[in-house]
Amino acid sequence: MRDRAVGWLGLGLVVFLAGGWWLPNWAQSLVILALGKGMVVLGLLLLMRCGLVSFGQGLYYCLGAYAAVAVGKIFRLPDSLLTSDALLMPLFGGVVAGVIAFILGFLLANYRSIFFAMLSLAFSMILYGLLIKMSVLGSSDGFNIAYSTAAGVVLRPGTHLYALYAVAAIIVFVAMLALNGYLRSHRGRLGPAIRDNELRVEYMGASVRRIVHLNYVIAAVLAGIGGGLVALSIGHIDPDLAYWTTSGEFVFVAILSGTANVAAPFAGSLLFEWIKSVAYQYTPYTWQMVLGIAMLLVIMFLPAGLWSLLGRRGRGA
Amino acid sequence: MTDLVSVLIDGVIYSSYLFIIAVGLTLIYGVMKILNMAHGSLYALGAYVAATLVGAWFNAGLNPYGSLALLGLAALLVGVVAGPIIERGLLRFMYGRDEVVLILVTYSVFLILEDVIKLVWGVESYSAYQPYGLLGNFDVGDLPYTVYDALLVIVAVLVGVALTFVLTRTRQGKLLLAVIHDREVSAAMGINVERVYLVTFTIGTMLAALGGALIAPKVSVVPAMGVEVIVLAFAVEVIGGLGSLPGAALGAIIVGLVRSAAVHYLPEVELFSIYLVMALVLIVRPKGLFSAVEARKI
Amino acid sequence: MAAILQTEGLTKRFGAVTAADDINVSIEPDTVVGLIGGNGAGKTTFINMVTGYLKPDAGTIRYAGSVITQLIPRSVTQLGICRSFQIPQLFDSLTVRDNLLAALGVVVLGGKHWASGATLASERVEAAADETLARFGLDDYRDILSGVLPEGIRKLLDIAMAMVVRPRILLLDEPTSGVSADEKFVIMDTVMAAVRANRVTILFVEHDMDIVRRYTERILAFYEGRIIADDTPDTVLDDDEVRKYVTGTTHARVTSGAGSDAAH
Repeated sequence: MRDRAVGWLGLGLVVFLAGGWWLPNWAQSLVILALGKGMVVLGLLLLMRCGLVSFGQGLYYCLGAYAAVAVGKIFRLPDSLLTSDALLMPLFGGVVAGVIAFILGFLLANYRSIFFAMLSLAFSMILYGLLIKMSVLGSSDGFNIAYSTAAGVVLRPGTHLYALYAVAAIIVFVAMLALNGYLRSHRGRLGPAIRDNELRVEYMGASVRRIVHLNYVIAAVLAGIGGGLVALSIGHIDPDLAYWTTSGEFVFVAILSGTANVAAPFAGSLLFEWIKSVAYQYTPYTWQMVLGIAMLLVIMFLPAGLWSLLGRRGRGA
Repeated sequence: MTDLVSVLIDGVIYSSYLFIIAVGLTLIYGVMKILNMAHGSLYALGAYVAATLVGAWFNAGLNPYGSLALLGLAALLVGVVAGPIIERGLLRFMYGRDEVVLILVTYSVFLILEDVIKLVWGVESYSAYQPYGLLGNFDVGDLPYTVYDALLVIVAVLVGVALTFVLTRTRQGKLLLAVIHDREVSAAMGINVERVYLVTFTIGTMLAALGGALIAPKVSVVPAMGVEVIVLAFAVEVIGGLGSLPGAALGAIIVGLVRSAAVHYLPEVELFSIYLVMALVLIVRPKGLFSAVEARKI
Repeated sequence: MAAILQTEGLTKRFGAVTAADDINVSIEPDTVVGLIGGNGAGKTTFINMVTGYLKPDAGTIRYAGSVITQLIPRSVTQLGICRSFQIPQLFDSLTVRDNLLAALGVVVLGGKHWASGATLASERVEAAADETLARFGLDDYRDILSGVLPEGIRKLLDIAMAMVVRPRILLLDEPTSGVSADEKFVIMDTVMAAVRANRVTILFVEHDMDIVRRYTERILAFYEGRIIADDTPDTVLDDDEVRKYVTGTTHARVTSGAGSDAAH
């Protein structure tokens, strides 16, 4: 079973890498965007399987985007590989996100349902509030970022986009592989059990808090790396990355994608980004409405998309 | 000294309109157990409708004092139209689902309403400044304030008192309290829960719109209004306790004062400070400062 | 034989209600003990305290000599004390088999008292799950979502999940409540047969005196948080106070050879 997954994912990677070379620039950018955001959604999948919806993944997404360059700016470090490498920057972002999540996780792992959602939202808004007043980081304007190497290899002009595309594809491949293995492990399989009946899981002898904490950190690392990738793709970052509506968008894509498997978030994210770009062009004043209606339809008619949330019994109707 | 008084008064004014918005949210959560993420959009709707009505009123050259009544009318209109549409047309099919699913439903409504506003009113900002200076000014020491702001505070207090009275003294109010305590038992006792839900949501919507209508003369009415206010309302809710009326008042006062103090003394932390307080309260007392006892599970 | 479970002076109050009042109990290993008493007498509170869900206001609980009073349920389970619940606590959105797999997954995670001590490969975990399904007669339901099962099957699954831990003490909270009369004995027979394979001490709460008489070798009778009788079934069920407060005095006494007592 595991070999099959590796095989399919490997094939997917090859297809992406080969096909990407021939894609027009706008398509490559779209894919990078979708893959980066898909990473955040993958993390949400993990949390949703435990029955938790985070309305604050923007915190780690933003941290991941800012991390590498911000560290340089704040501590007035000279430019280095860390602030210009397409692979190192997102990975560093993931590390920073993971550290913060590890600390915050001690707190957040104690909350559920609305309170978890609200607290996660609050923390992302705290970061937003901090960033818009930090002039060293450009306040609400943010700043531009760029990369000149990928995994240490200096990029020739004209290859920057594809290099980032390849980095994104490889990172996503590794992430999907790792998550797939985790979800098949004993610890990983406990998500739905925790969602259904925490008391029983505790009475069986497992620490629900520790598992939730772990999943929270993994989700944050994924979001951080994703944020780093998206930042490099767009070339500019600002505090809006931590605003609650950004987090809301990730939740939306997570609902649409469902929690069936590790590829779903990326498929959902690709679809979403593509529709968004098309809708934005033609009807800038109605694409949010379209999203809202789509989400309602999924909630009402496609429980498979909401499988993990419907797992819990609701209050009596 | 003047500084402190200024912080206090500004804080109270800000708290007032926060309270009007948050109390609607509280009511909806308390009765229906729904965290209404569309509340901010309803607030924005109230502001837009008010701005439109006021604009038309003044263009028609009618008696300026009438414009104040228009603010109330705007709230009423939004409440009576949007409230039932959302509740009857959508929410009632979702009752019984998980709390978080309902949040997502109201989030979808928020997305839809944001665009409805843009479609109807465009993205330019509106203003309805005229009523603001209408009633004149007065001084507290050497600090100037408008009578309008004082009115805002009075309205907030009236809303709080009226709701408390209705909930605890009138029969309809007690039915509402019964439903808050236990929906199933209330229904079993013959209370028309569906009607209670409709009325609650309509009133909640009206209050959100009232907040928006009352703030319209003070700010420029823009599409982003709803998005900003909803997180503030959440902060108020969380601090006071979801579903608690006195909690909404306390939360509003705390957020109002914190923000006012921040703006006066340390503007860099204005936004940050509010969410920090929200996070702190969630950490120390997740159910808010007015929390209830929970029953045994096994 | 040294007692495997001991409580000394166990006391618990909820406001004005005394749920446990100086409970002193000593349970021998590998025995089957019945806990009887009216509603609110303190039987479930006793189980909740022993398994760490509630902290007693006073008193100690000892397991194989060690004090376990302040431990949380997770730790108590890892030491070898397991329980089933009055209202079955299952993973409703998972199939019966997946419920057992999840339970086994936890045991493998904790690893402390599982026979091998090492992490088990998936195949062995799946084999263990299938074996448990068979032992508890749940094979027919293996792929059905536990959320839609009939009550008796839910009870069995609840107990089966407690058993995969291979506990040394098993506490069953009303294993046959909510189950139809003809199913009660089937369930108890299944459970007893399944646990007899391992050396387990069993304490179970029960309201049906037929069941109690049939399966237990000792009974603890609770009333208002106190234990009013602690002896063999015949002695306890004949006891005046027990007849007054628990089983009722309508029916003839056991010793006179008349029909069954039923306490409800």
